[in-house]
Amino acid sequence: MIDRDELLHVARLARLALRDDELDSTAAELSTILDHIATFDELDLGGVEPTAHVGDVDDSLRTDEVRASLPRDVALAPAPAVRDDGFLVPSPQGE
Amino acid sequence: MAGHELEPVIGLEIHVQLRTATKMFCGCALGFGEPPNTRTCPVCLGLPGALPVANAEAIHYGLMIGMALDSELAPVSTFHRKNYFYPDLPKGYQISQFDLPLCSGGKLGKVNIHRVHLEEDAAKLNHAGASGRIEGADSSIVDFNRGGTPLAEIVTEPELRSAEQVGEWLRLLRTTLRTLGVSDVNMEEGSLRCDANISLRPTGSDQLGTKTELKNMNSFRFIERGIRAEVERQRALIEEGESVTQETLHFDPKTESITSLRSKEEAHDYRYFPEPDLPPVVITEAMLARAAAELPELPAAREQRYIDELSLSPESARLFAWRAELADYFDAVRASEASLEPQQAANWVTELQGRLGDQEAVDSNVTAASLAKLASMVASATINQGGAKQVLDQLVEHGGEPEAIVAAEGLEAVGGADELAPIVAEALDANPELTERLRGGDMKPIGVIVGEVMKQTRGRADGKEVTALVRQQLGLS
Amino acid sequence: MSEELQALSAADAAAAIAKGDLGRGELFEHYRARAASDELNAFTWVAESMPDSVDGPLGGVPIAVKDLFCTEGIPSQAGSKILAGYCPPYTATAVANLEAAGAPILGKTNQDEFAMGSSNENSAYGPVQNPWDRSRVPGGSSGGSAAAVAAGLAPWALGTDTGGSIRQPAALCGIVGLKPTYGAVSRYGMIAFASSLDSAGPLTRNVTDAALFYRHLVGRDSADATSVSFPEPIALPTSERLDGITLAVPAALVDGDGIEAGVRDSFEAALESARGLGATVVSCEIPSAPYALSAYYVIAPAEASSNLARFDGVRYGLRVDATNLDAMYTETRHDGFGDEVKRRILIGTYALSSGYYDAYYGRAQRVRTVVASELSAIFQTADFIVTPTSPTVAFGLGERTADPLAMYLSDLFTIPMSLAGTPAISIPSGLSDGLPVGLQICGPAFSENRILGAAHALERAIGFDGSSAWSAL
Ligand SMILES: [Zn+2]
Repeated sequence: MIDRDELLHVARLARLALRDDELDSTAAELSTILDHIATFDELDLGGVEPTAHVGDVDDSLRTDEVRASLPRDVALAPAPAVRDDGFLVPSPQGE
Repeated sequence: MAGHELEPVIGLEIHVQLRTATKMFCGCALGFGEPPNTRTCPVCLGLPGALPVANAEAIHYGLMIGMALDSELAPVSTFHRKNYFYPDLPKGYQISQFDLPLCSGGKLGKVNIHRVHLEEDAAKLNHAGASGRIEGADSSIVDFNRGGTPLAEIVTEPELRSAEQVGEWLRLLRTTLRTLGVSDVNMEEGSLRCDANISLRPTGSDQLGTKTELKNMNSFRFIERGIRAEVERQRALIEEGESVTQETLHFDPKTESITSLRSKEEAHDYRYFPEPDLPPVVITEAMLARAAAELPELPAAREQRYIDELSLSPESARLFAWRAELADYFDAVRASEASLEPQQAANWVTELQGRLGDQEAVDSNVTAASLAKLASMVASATINQGGAKQVLDQLVEHGGEPEAIVAAEGLEAVGGADELAPIVAEALDANPELTERLRGGDMKPIGVIVGEVMKQTRGRADGKEVTALVRQQLGLS
Repeated sequence: MSEELQALSAADAAAAIAKGDLGRGELFEHYRARAASDELNAFTWVAESMPDSVDGPLGGVPIAVKDLFCTEGIPSQAGSKILAGYCPPYTATAVANLEAAGAPILGKTNQDEFAMGSSNENSAYGPVQNPWDRSRVPGGSSGGSAAAVAAGLAPWALGTDTGGSIRQPAALCGIVGLKPTYGAVSRYGMIAFASSLDSAGPLTRNVTDAALFYRHLVGRDSADATSVSFPEPIALPTSERLDGITLAVPAALVDGDGIEAGVRDSFEAALESARGLGATVVSCEIPSAPYALSAYYVIAPAEASSNLARFDGVRYGLRVDATNLDAMYTETRHDGFGDEVKRRILIGTYALSSGYYDAYYGRAQRVRTVVASELSAIFQTADFIVTPTSPTVAFGLGERTADPLAMYLSDLFTIPMSLAGTPAISIPSGLSDGLPVGLQICGPAFSENRILGAAHALERAIGFDGSSAWSAL
């Protein structure tokens, strides 16, 4: 179960706007899914270690060698807004 | 609480930019003042599909730091994602470490280390003024050159008790890191950044009070002043019966004022989880052996060596060992004049540093060779202390060679019976009354006679030698 | 000539080009014209002319590439509005490997947004039609890739599989789809959905094509820390028999509710074919399988919620203008993401959030351990696990869009292998009411050569002919 307030909190963490008319239906859908997920509570997992990665990799590190960076115009090309050779964003302090 | 003595409890979080060739998770060269956004690639711009690969050298530097701080090194270390949105964080998460940091525990000086972990630096956000794309909106510009620079975050236990102790300990930490060669440790350039967690409690209590976090102070002086100001602010609050609020603070060194950084209090929930793009890093015997082999002599060992092998005073030994640049300079002075007594060399290095303020000796006008020369001229009585200090003043001001300055200014010591005896005799003749009193056993006026001789020799005579000659000529010895 | 060309498998076409019997320009233009007149909405972009391609063992046989892969200078939109028109400055390693082997890019194929879906209806660029029945879905998320190959609009295609996104659409479209061992194919440049599960693999007309394609796809990539080198070369399969091979059927799973009768019949017939080739069929249990679905629908959304945080309107893609940063973020993401993507971001954020981590993410990771060890135990005594790929044949467009959970259940058979990181192939086992049914064959990590061999033998015995789905031109 997830209620309206929890949904708003999670949406806030995920930076997703939700319209008023989306709230109840979304909360209901998520609750159905979460209830189904919760069936795994039946499983006894005592002593079972979590798996974060499958497979073994021995040499996952990179040697400290410089590789060419992107030309600036290429880096900036897809940006929605650019100024002074940088990515322009609304100020975090702005209201 | 009024009536109880309050003591500060201070813990530090220090972010150190590592001096690798490339960023933490991509092959971009580290940026140092290049034009904006010229040190980026799909990985450090967080482009769709790009993946991080950890820099082996950053892990190596992390291990060296752990060894230097006497930490326990993890056999397997994992990266986690710390999730939050901010324009300086291109992926919407920072790759950091969580429950399996590279180094746990440890100690430097008298302060226990909580942990050391590796992470990536954020990009730089520059204020752009009030003319964004939307009329009147306030804007910022992001430069990703710095984004992804490898950072070691060093966290101390909350064991520091004063601003002065923090300053002294941070200098030791800086020296340690500089000696290791893992970082430029330059606070002004941001390669060493320090946050302090500060709270007060009744002296002797083992409870912790509500702490505040003082952010990103970028010089030793500001750190000490900032901590002092925050301690006083908290003390005043508590003494007036008010409570301290847990918050993040900024210290403005210009106004000495402390302001809260986040007006909108937002609960953080970083949703840490293991970084699926990076397999756990297995610390091999070979990695440990290499880090151990590259470990240079650390400050504590250097301090002990100066005492044991050079018989330096404990004060000189610590002064130099905790300040590697100064110790290196001291070593250079000694190397230049092998016959110098180490403590004498140390005294002259200390004398020089006293005149330099914040400037490092090695960056001054005075080369190690010329300071060594000066010290050995004193040792061989070619010049006396007073003259040497005059020469040092000149060296600090203009540089140059001590012999040339001595010659040009005529500062050679005047000494030996041949040279001094006639001048002493002259001074006694010129002051018959005092001479009589001296002969009569009243030694008070001897200073005047010595002063007269010093005046005649323009300070180049040795006071003790003059006194001895006076007594000899009056038949008093 | 056109019909003869169309009848050539990719491997045959490569051989014909190598012999000089076929011009690579001719082959490219044949498929380019077909792809350009695509009526299934399988393509989101088609090349205007043959790109400069290198000589190589794939002989100029063009590839259709799922839009999830970054291709330099070519739109790479991952089925999302938030990446509308986005052209990356680099090419994914998997695509670059194929190009380096001589396969030029024919076009980019439609998909569920960020690979989240099992019907290809979650695409910002419209649903894809199943060439066997245009009122039905092609499966997903690699629906465009599967439909393009099934309809003969492309000789073969590159797709991705996180929980079944290659195998299920391959099954629903009557073609072959291989999900590799996790890490065998580089993920660099593949727009991430769930990093610990994502893998790239081929969708082809037959098993031999899949092996040839896969041979040039695998390899350790220094740009992907989780990639590994494949321990042996990928061989072109020649097996015609299954003597000495043991196939394990997870009985409880396959006999469960929700499996269509036609699917079960086709599966039983395939098992009978296998026995006829000398295989032994045994029963096995994967007790954790029902919980695997739960674990998957925690782990995948959790990783996705983090992977999709980079779509913030700052450096690329859609931005909804606003006077303050937070409004820019929340409105951009509100407008840029579709409903299913938002749903999964919310579930994943919830599952990782303070107070819920242990109950959801932590638990799901433990279920993952159990699933992997159960599969591994089965492989101690059996060579392969076999199941139907999907419990149903292709369902109607719009039929399940209102019920996300029902849609999730169509991944029941494919998810355990995704969680375990083990390889699996889907091959056509026949038709049910005129619609293709897929057979899934799974083996332990790095058993692709053996899987391809067994699939090849079964493919010959089953004798499925998919040419009736080829679009007329
Ligand atoms: Zn980079």
